[in-house]
Parts: sequence; C-alpha cells; structure tokens
Amino acid sequence: MTTAVKAKGSKKTGVDKFLTLLRFLLIGAIAIGLIAFVWQQIDPNNPFARWRNPDAQPLTAEQIKGLVVTGLSQGAMYGLIALGYSMVYGVLGFINFAHGEVFMLGAFTGFVTSNKLADAGLWEGGAFIPSVIMTAVLAALIATGAAVLMERVAYRPLRGSPRLIPLITSIGVSFFIQNAVILLFGPGAKGYPPNPEWLQKKRRFDLLGDAFAFEVEGTKLLVLVVASFSMAGLWYFVERTKTGKAMRAVAEDKEIASLMGINVNKTIVTTFAVGGAMAGIAGILWGLLFRSVIATTGFLPGIKAFTAAVVGGVGNLGGAMAGGVSLGTAEALAPLMLLEPLGVAGPTQLRDAVAFLLLILVLLVKPTGLFGERLSSEDRA
Amino acid sequence: MTTALGNNAASASGSALDTRKVLNVGAVLAISLVFIALAGLPVGLDPRQVVNGILSLGYLSLLWLPIMFGWTVSKQVVLEGMTATKQGVGDVITGAATGVVGGLGLSVLLLLVNQFDLRDPLVNWSPQLVDFLTFSQGIGLGVIAWPVICGVLGAFGASLHLLDATARRAVLAAIGAVLFFAIFETFITDLFDFLDDLLYGPRGGLEWYAALVIAGLAVAYTLSGAREKIAEVKGDYHALTGEAKTRQTAILIGLSAVALIIIPMVTGKITQELMANVGIFLLLALGLNIVVGLAGILDLGYVAFFAVGGYTTAVLTASNRGPDWPEWFPTTPWFVALIASVIMAGIAGLIIGAPVIRMRGDYLAIVTLGFGEIIRLLFLSDWLKGYFNGAQGITQVPPADFGLFEVAGTNPRSVFYLVMFFAAISIYASWRLERSRLGRAWMAIREDESVAEAMGINTVNAKLMAFVVGAVLASFSGAIFSAKVGSIFPTSFLILVSIIILVVVIVGGMGNIMGVIVGSVVLIGVLGGPKQPGLLQEFSQYKLLIYGALLIWMMLKRPEGLVPNARRSRELHQDEFLQDAWLKGEVDTDEDDDNPAPGGSQVAPA
Amino acid sequence: MKKLMKLLSVIFALSLVAAACSDDATTDAGSDTTAADGGGDAGYLGDGSLGEVTVEAGGAIQIRSLNAITGDVAFLGLPNQRGVEQAIADYGQIKGFDVDMGVGLDDLCSADGGQAAAQSIVADEQVIGVIGTSCSGAATAAAPLIGNAGMVMISGSNTSPALTSDQQGNAGPDYSVGYYRTAHNDLFQGAAMAEYVFNELGLTTAAAIHDGDPYTDGLATAFTNAFTELGGEVTGYSAVAKEDTDMVPVLTEIAAGSPEALFFPIFQPAGDFIADQVGSVSGLENTQLFAADGLLVDGFLELPQSEGISFSGPDTRFGENKNESTGVNANQFLETYEAANGEAPSAPFWGHSYDATAMLLDAIAAASYTDGDNLVIDRAGVREYLNGIKGYSGIIGTINCDDFGDCGSQKITIIEHLSSSDLDASKANVKFEYAP
Repeated sequence: MTTAVKAKGSKKTGVDKFLTLLRFLLIGAIAIGLIAFVWQQIDPNNPFARWRNPDAQPLTAEQIKGLVVTGLSQGAMYGLIALGYSMVYGVLGFINFAHGEVFMLGAFTGFVTSNKLADAGLWEGGAFIPSVIMTAVLAALIATGAAVLMERVAYRPLRGSPRLIPLITSIGVSFFIQNAVILLFGPGAKGYPPNPEWLQKKRRFDLLGDAFAFEVEGTKLLVLVVASFSMAGLWYFVERTKTGKAMRAVAEDKEIASLMGINVNKTIVTTFAVGGAMAGIAGILWGLLFRSVIATTGFLPGIKAFTAAVVGGVGNLGGAMAGGVSLGTAEALAPLMLLEPLGVAGPTQLRDAVAFLLLILVLLVKPTGLFGERLSSEDRA
Repeated sequence: MTTALGNNAASASGSALDTRKVLNVGAVLAISLVFIALAGLPVGLDPRQVVNGILSLGYLSLLWLPIMFGWTVSKQVVLEGMTATKQGVGDVITGAATGVVGGLGLSVLLLLVNQFDLRDPLVNWSPQLVDFLTFSQGIGLGVIAWPVICGVLGAFGASLHLLDATARRAVLAAIGAVLFFAIFETFITDLFDFLDDLLYGPRGGLEWYAALVIAGLAVAYTLSGAREKIAEVKGDYHALTGEAKTRQTAILIGLSAVALIIIPMVTGKITQELMANVGIFLLLALGLNIVVGLAGILDLGYVAFFAVGGYTTAVLTASNRGPDWPEWFPTTPWFVALIASVIMAGIAGLIIGAPVIRMRGDYLAIVTLGFGEIIRLLFLSDWLKGYFNGAQGITQVPPADFGLFEVAGTNPRSVFYLVMFFAAISIYASWRLERSRLGRAWMAIREDESVAEAMGINTVNAKLMAFVVGAVLASFSGAIFSAKVGSIFPTSFLILVSIIILVVVIVGGMGNIMGVIVGSVVLIGVLGGPKQPGLLQEFSQYKLLIYGALLIWMMLKRPEGLVPNARRSRELHQDEFLQDAWLKGEVDTDEDDDNPAPGGSQVAPA
Repeated sequence: MKKLMKLLSVIFALSLVAAACSDDATTDAGSDTTAADGGGDAGYLGDGSLGEVTVEAGGAIQIRSLNAITGDVAFLGLPNQRGVEQAIADYGQIKGFDVDMGVGLDDLCSADGGQAAAQSIVADEQVIGVIGTSCSGAATAAAPLIGNAGMVMISGSNTSPALTSDQQGNAGPDYSVGYYRTAHNDLFQGAAMAEYVFNELGLTTAAAIHDGDPYTDGLATAFTNAFTELGGEVTGYSAVAKEDTDMVPVLTEIAAGSPEALFFPIFQPAGDFIADQVGSVSGLENTQLFAADGLLVDGFLELPQSEGISFSGPDTRFGENKNESTGVNANQFLETYEAANGEAPSAPFWGHSYDATAMLLDAIAAASYTDGDNLVIDRAGVREYLNGIKGYSGIIGTINCDDFGDCGSQKITIIEHLSSSDLDASKANVKFEYAP
C-alpha cells in the first residue's frame, strides 16, 4: 500500500486527466439529455428518443410551466435557508451544519401555533392573515433564538480552533436537535391545518400573451413574494445599515474590524440571528406550502440549501438566493428533462442525486460558484 | 450546559452564597431536567432496574444531573495569580441551592402536567409522567420531594470537593462499580452464569445487598492502593525501550488475542452478537480513522464504501441478484467476492476521492456526503433495479463458506472471529501506515496542507491514498456484513451510519487506534449502532440523542477523545500549550484537569 | 512484524475451527427437563422433539414483542406492540402463571435490526414465542434464527409472499419453519386492485408510484403486472423518495402518459403530498386515485384531499367480532387503547397482533402441563397447536393456518373514501371484495 507514494508526479496529471474526463462526461450527459428531450418534445417517435427511452412521451407546455413554478417556489425556500449558511460562512468561515434544524424548528413552531389557532377557530376563518403573521413572527423568534443559543453554547467556545472542529460540532448539534424533536413531539409527520380556499386557488397570469400564460397556486405565489421581500429586506440591512456594514467588515477581517471599534461578538450573534430569522420564515412558508412537517424536515433541505449557497458563491447573498432558485429549478426539471430522455427509470427518485451532482459539477467547473465568493482571504485557503 | 458558568466563574466561593450564579446554574439544571422528563427518558427507562426496587434507570436518567451540577457549580476555577481558598461548607450550600432550584423545575412541570393537557404536541406529557414524578404517591409529595432530592444530590456533588483525593476516588469508584455491574448485567451474567442468581434479581437489576458488596469492594480496592501499583506497572511498561518493549508488547497482544478467542466460547449469543456488531463497526471506524484521524479529511459519505463492499459481495454470492447481470457473470465463493469488493471499493475511493481532494475541508465534507447519498440512491433506484433489486434488496446472500467451516449470521461467534481476523489486519495496517512515510505525509497534511505541499509532499496522491485505504477497510466490513445478515437492503446505508462512525472515531480519539477500539466498544457495544441494539437495549430510542450530545460535549471539552493521540491533542490545544509555556507551565486550566466529573456517564468505568 | 502476522493468522485459523466444532453445542436448548411424555397431567400437545421450557413456580412465561417502535415506521410497530400488551393483560394467567413480554424489542424495520434483536431473543432460552416483526425485511433475517431455536414467531403485519408461500403449495424463498402470520399474503392485494380498476371500473390505463420501501415497491409491481395481464396498459411506473415533499415532478412524469388510474400504495407523509398536489398538475384532472393499506390510517383519511380515493387493504370491518380466547371485541380494544395511549392506533394491524398473541397464549396453554409447582411447556407442541388452527375466531375474523404459516384472512376489500369527517362510514363503504 505504501507504493503509491513512489508514483509521484505521474499521478498528479492522472488526477487532472480524470477530472477533465469527469467534466466532459457530466456536461456531455447533460447535453445529450437535453437534445433527447427537445427531440422527444418535437417528435416522440424519432429514432434517437426511442433508442434512449422506448416509452418517451412529450410533456405539454402546461406541465413544463408547472415544473418551473414548483421548482421556483422550492428554490426560493432553499434560497432563504441558504442565506443563513452563506452569512455564517462569510463571517466565521465554517458551515453551520445545524442551520437546517433551525429551519425545521421554525416549521415546527408553525405547526404548534397554527394548530392551536385552528383549534380556536382563527385559522381558516376571517382571521387567517393575522394568524399567519403571528405564526410567522413566533417561528422567526424561535428560530432566531435557537440560532443564537447554538452560537453561544456550541460555537463561540470553539472560535479559533482548527477548522473542522466547529463543523463536527455543528453535525452534533444538528443530530441533537433532530432527535430531541423526535423525542419531544414524536416521530410522525405533523400536519398544518388546511389553508383557506382563496389562498389555495390557482391564479392565471397572462401578462406576456397567451403563449406565456401560466397558472400558479396562491401558496406558491405567496412563497415567491415573501421570499423576494425577505431578500430585499436583508439586502437593505446588510448593504445600507450600520450593523450590516459591521457584518461585512467582520467577514473581511475580524481583527481589523475589532480594532475599528466593531463589537465582533455582537456582530457574529447578529449574523446568526438574521440567518435564523430567514430560516424561520422559510419554515413557515414550507409549512404553508406542504402543510406537513417532520423532525427530519430540516436535514436534506438544509444540506441542499448549503449546496445552493455554494452553487451561488458562498458569502454572496444574491448568489445564495440565485443558487437556491437554480437548485430548486434544476431539481424539478432535470429528472424529467435529462434523466427520463436518457432512459433512466423512475427518474424523480434520483432527485437528490441530481442536486448533489449539480454541486459537484459547479465545484469542478467553477469552484467559486456561479456568482463568485465573497470571503476573507484566510477563508479562501 | 455549563457555559452559564463561564460568566461568573471567577467569583469567590467558600464564603457567601453567590445568588446569581446559583440561579443561573439552577435554571440550566431545571431546563435540563424538564427536557429529559419531556423527552420521555424517565418513563421509558423506568422498567430497567439498576438496583432492584430502589433505583431504576429512569430515575437515574434524572438524578445524575443534580450531582454533576452540584459538583460544577461549586468548583473553584483557579487562575494564575489567584490563591486557592479552601473549599468549605459554603460550597455545599451552593450545591444544595442549585439542586433545589433545579428540582423546582420538575415540581413546576409536575403541576403543569397535572393541570393542563398538552399531550397533543408533546407526546410525553402523559399521566405516566405524573405517575413517575410523584412516585405514584400523589401530587403533593412529588412537588415537595423533587427539590429536596435534587438539593441533597446537589449538596452531595458539591461535598465531593471537600473530600481529599483518595476518599473522593473511593466514592466515585463505588458509584462507578455499581453502575458498571448494573449496565453490563447481560454481559456479566452471560460470562459468569453463577453471578446471575447471586447478584441480580429474577428479571434484571442488582439486588440491594449485591450493590452494597460491590460498592464496598470498590472502596476497598481504591484504598488498598492497588490502583497505584497498576499505574506503576503501566509506567514501567512505558519506560521500556527497544527489544524489551517489543517483547512486552507482543506478549500483551498475544494475551488479548487469546482472551478474544476464549470469551466468545463461554458467552451466550447476545454477547457474541454484540461483539460481532462491535467488530463490524470497529472495522469501519478503523478505516474512517485513517481518513479523518490521520489525513484530516472529513469524509461524511464514508458509508458509500461500506455499501459498495456489501453490494459487491451480495451480487457475487447471492442466488437472487438482479436479473440483468449477463449470463457469464460468475457466482463466486465469499472469499473471491471479498477480493472483488476490495477492488471495487478501491475504485470507488478513487472516483469519489479524485474530484474532492482539492476542495476546502468543509466543501469536501458536504460533497462526500452527497456522494454517499448518490451511491445509496443508485442501489435503491428503479433504474438499476435489474442489477441490485432496488428496494427489494438482495435477500439470498449465503453464509461465507470456508470449506471446513462457514460464517453465518445464525452463528454470531463465527462472525466475530472473522471480523477479528480482519480487524487484526486493519489494526496492523493502520499501525504500520501511521509510522510509514505515507502516514507522516498524512499527518503533515492534517496539520497544515500548504506547509506540507511546500515540504514536497504530493498532497493529492497522499489524500487519494487515504481515501483508497479507508475504502478498502470499509469494504471488508461490508463483505462480512452482507454474509452475516444474509441479505442486503439500501436502508442499511443511510447517512446516519457515516455520522455514527464519525462519532465513534471522535469519541474514541481521532488518529489513535486504541481510541477507535475503545470508542467502538463503548458506543456500539453499550449504546448500539444505527440498526443494532447495544447492551442497553432500552436506550435504542434515545441513543441518537445521546450520540448528538456526546459529539457536542466531546468537541467542546475534550476534542482529542477518550484515548488521545499525543500529537493530535497537541495540535488541538496549541493555544493552551503556548499559554502554558508563557506561564512557565504553572497553570491548571479546566481542560487539563485530570479529575473526571463525578457520575459522568460518558466515561465508561471500564 | 511478519512473525506477528503469522501468529495472528494461525490464531485466527484455530479459532475458526474451534467455532465450527463447538457450533452444535448450543442447539440443545431447553432439554434440561424431565421426560417429555411423563406426568399424569391431562393430555398436552407436543412430542418433546424441540425441547421443553420449565417455568418455575413464581416465574412468568416469557414471550416477546419484536416490532418497529422507533424511527419513521414507528406508526406501524407501536400499535402492534400495544396490541400484544393488551392481549397479555386481557388473557390473564395460564395455569396460574403470569405471562411476561419483557421490554418491547425493536426490529428497526430492517434486516440487520431484526437479526440483532432476534439474536437477543434466542439467547434467552425461556422465551417461547415472538409476536413480530412489523416489517417483512426484518422477518427475513429474524425468522430463521427464531425458528432454529425452536421458538415460534407470529407476525401481525408482514405481508411479503416470500415469507410464506405462493398459496399454490410452494414455499417462498424466505420461508422458515416456526413462522406464522395473521396478516394477509400480499400476493393478492395488487391483483385485487388491478381487478377492481380494470374490471369493475372499466379503466384501461393506469400508473403506479412507490416510495422505495420493499413493501410499496412489491405492491406497485404486483399491481402493474396484474393490470397488464388483464389487458390494461401501464403508462408509467415511478418512484419518490420517502422524504420528498414536492411531488409535482413525479406527478408530471405520470401525467405525461395520461393514465385513467393512479395507484400509490405508499405511506404518510409522502402520500399526503401526492393527494394534495395531484390537483395542481395538468394532465391528471381525470385520473382516479387509488391507495393501499399503508395510507388506510386515520391521519390520512382525515385530510380533506383524501376524499374520493379508493383504498385496498385487509378487511377492517371488525364489527362485533370477538377474540374467542379473551372475549374482547374491537370496540372494547380501542377503548382501552385510547385510554392508555391518548390516541387511536396509527396503523390497521393492531387486531392482527392482538389475535396473534392470543393464539400464541392458547398454544402455550395447550402445549404445557404442570409438573409439581412448575409449568413445563413443550416447544413442539406450540407449533403443533398453531399448525392445527382451524376456524379460530379472532377480532380480525376467522383464522385458519395453512402449511406455510399463513393464518390470516386472505380477503382483500376495497373501500371508497367518502368523507373526511365520517371515517367509519368510509371504512364501511366497501366497493369490492376479493378472495382467491
């Protein structure tokens, strides 16, 4: 086993060759899949589509639009969670693995509050909007509290220790919260009360003429609108307020920032708090959209949100949102637009695989993410 | 939990009662107790007796906390330049007061549970909890009893400071010994049948007189100075050099090998099964130890290699592998399948390793996690169902047949021997590798990658090798696993497995073979693996929570693990070492305190 | 160091040989009693061929519950375990001896979990029988161990045909002696659904979705096979992941084939999302939905979007059926259950576990005799009794055991869910019955 060290020099190029091959393979597969898809849309009986997938069936325009809308709304939630990852990574240079659990706690708070409100007859009745706002505020508060507590208990004592230590700790935190919720609330799925009819209803938009008209359910629209407003608010906060400026300064260089009179600890807590609030809002949106939450709700979406942050470029807030939206859309579209034309059976089963492959592809082709990273020099190492 | 202490750690103790500190710490204690109660541990663990009729595991799950908190709250933090005051009665009062505050938390909970019905979201908000907290004796008693009990225990914890070192050690040894005998009941009675009637009740739990005798023996043992003698012998052994040390080591290894061969012969199937499971996870942990512990690569998708090993073996040996394999594709004996598994896992290590090795450590963690999921999804998928049977799994995996004997899941002892054989190989390989040029390259990379590169180490190759070696060790485990279970399903390869192996490596001590062994025995053996019950079967519901808590606790308090690797702990405590040097080595900081926390459940008394 | 390696390998080889040789020493479990056919007691079943278990005066008869009680399938296993607990309580003593279930064991719904738990069961030679497992995958690994130890295992919710037989007299690949079940054999659920969809409703195109669970995958495959055989066209067969929430992609995939029927025999919560989101996918407006017993739980039926879906499953119209050993009927059972656990059962197999337990206890009563103050139970007699069960009336109906351990009623019913506010009416709204 020790012989490998001898094969110095020659192996290095071997790895590079392999990576180049991998890039070509991935991009090639995407290209072939897309060509097959387009061809299949034009004529499902063409020999190429038949050869790859004998059961090829074209999708209608309505169906593709439906996929895009669902991808966008899912992506918007990934984006909101990704903001927290991105900000913490920007400031502290570590992945808060447990951020997904903050999101889950938000969704759980929503579950408890909304059901209590529904029991009191306030949810579906006239007081729906105030109820939702109250639920959202509570969820954001709990999520913020959880994020801040996490920082205080688990991460602050570890500042300055080797890079992997806080990451491993955050895995522990994630594990702990997940299982604490299972033990406290039981392992089953928890349902939100039904949304009122007017929110659930599909709405038709034909701003760009009939060909581009599309229908969106109210809930998905709500997700998109709330996500855009939260994003805008966050942008204003980070770019235009003093605290935001302090945050950016701390992200650039903690020591110099503290010399400039910035309270580094306070800024870091603020970062966690803001990220937590965003995750809490995402949790409520999740609850309204899917109306069900389970203790493991935070885990995969959390990892995918991190993926989104990396895809968009870590530390870059706009990038996080864009990454989330691209990831969500890719997840919704790729199984049917790439995998199925390639003849993969049960393509939607491989949705998570698509998300991770996207991450790998982005890191192989453009390691700084689609929109570039914004990190301090030490974190770029 | 103890962070609240940080704020006012420097406050003087021994004199006046520090109300703020007591309230802070007491509140944390109260929250912890209420959390444990609502998480269902007390009620769920109540059926398991520790001391028959006196103490159940359920009560123990609450009662250890006030002792811990009593100890911590009254502990003096001695900093450089401060003179240590003698700890006195004031500390005991502090401990008691903290306990009372904590106990009040439970009283309030009791009143609330009795009054309101919150069972809708909180599943353990139940009449059973009321029954437990009141000792089935009525609300009034329960409400009064808990502050009293917690106060007494808090005072007990604090009063440990008053004892001199030997006496304290004796008390701790007594508690530890009783817990040891209670927790390892299955194992002990399995090993020594006659102890079953002698020490334990008819359906589990130590008899009270047995507990007394055990505690007495433990105290006697501590006071007799046997411990010091053992330490002396240990010191002698470590002082040995050259030839003599090698000989001693060989004897030690030989003795442990003989013990490992004999123990399964005299124990029953539960213990054998446990040991086989521990072995399977030990193999995995040894592999991950090379990747994480030596090379410092945080691979969260390690389960992928386990899966590749398991599936390769299953496909090559089972009679009902997927129908799409070509006609000529052979069905081989287990041993050949093992070789194929090793090759496949090695290839998988290269394929997964190549794209990730140049990534930042934390990106790498997430990407490997993604790879782990991708591999599981592929085995599960309808797409490859013709090869791997998808969700239906491969169910007809035959036992590993060696002609003279076969290794099958129905005979866990044979599995254990097989696992031990491979563990011996893996341990030997790890040990050699650690001391090889490659091993030193890994450690250099772990400490500082760019420096390592500047020193002329081919970091890409070295890291890739770490992946491959780790993958090969995991594939051993996978091959044995699929022959043992006799079937293989994608659900055995969740992310959870990767994380549990990581916890084993970290709790044991990253980069240390002995640590990994201790970690596997303590965690997998006592708490259980992802799908394997441990000695404490009752814990199966709670073990993941405990794993999470352990991981956080270890990272905060003892990142080098139970059995630290000297070099690794130097890296982790670099700051402190520097500080120590600066203070001319006179400092006694929290981390370096060698008094274990009393009643600490993390440290096995073994 | 080469020497060390050699030493180790020699030790290993020796130990393996030792293991092989001493293997048969452990199989003579429980033969430490007096002659089997002795005793002036009234007749009891069994010939002592599997050994006997002696319960000493003051001791308890040991049986075990092995169900999935943690994780995401706890909804299935917990009612099973509670069914066992209640049956033991209702049954009372056997010849003056208590029955003890010990700690409820967990099969973790997986082969490795089932195997590990089964090892710990067979290590206790006092155990007579096991009620479980919850999941077929766990039974595959657990049944041989339990059977070899001379114990019996009766499952209330395994349905995989591989565990028993194809109902034509051929043992399934995973059948092992000593295994019984009161749940139905899944050979027919898929076929029943196909029959209903194609012949009764006259729908000719169908699609199916599973969630990567062996159970749902098997059921979906059985359905599509039967549907094709009947002459229908399967337009799509796809899968979701259990933790998926956004079902639009998979539904769009299904919609591309525009099927008239969609069968999704999966569990909650994924089933909730499919029922919820099916309306938002264009192309599925005229598709009828069909689900199976995995979703035949109150939590799903209470959702407004589940109205109109048809469900296949075991006949759960228990009505006034009484278990003949305990005299308890379904309503009495549910009353006790809700009082003790604060909720209704989350899966429909509690009755099966209850009856399985009562049957096991009956078998113990029939295969035991008192010897002085002790109770002696003949393991072979327990199997003999279970093999001979004919016309046993339980909560789930009349129970007959065949040669391969299938004891449950093989009748599949299909109900149409009418109203999310009146579940009992829906459960009684049987549209189709299927019994081969």
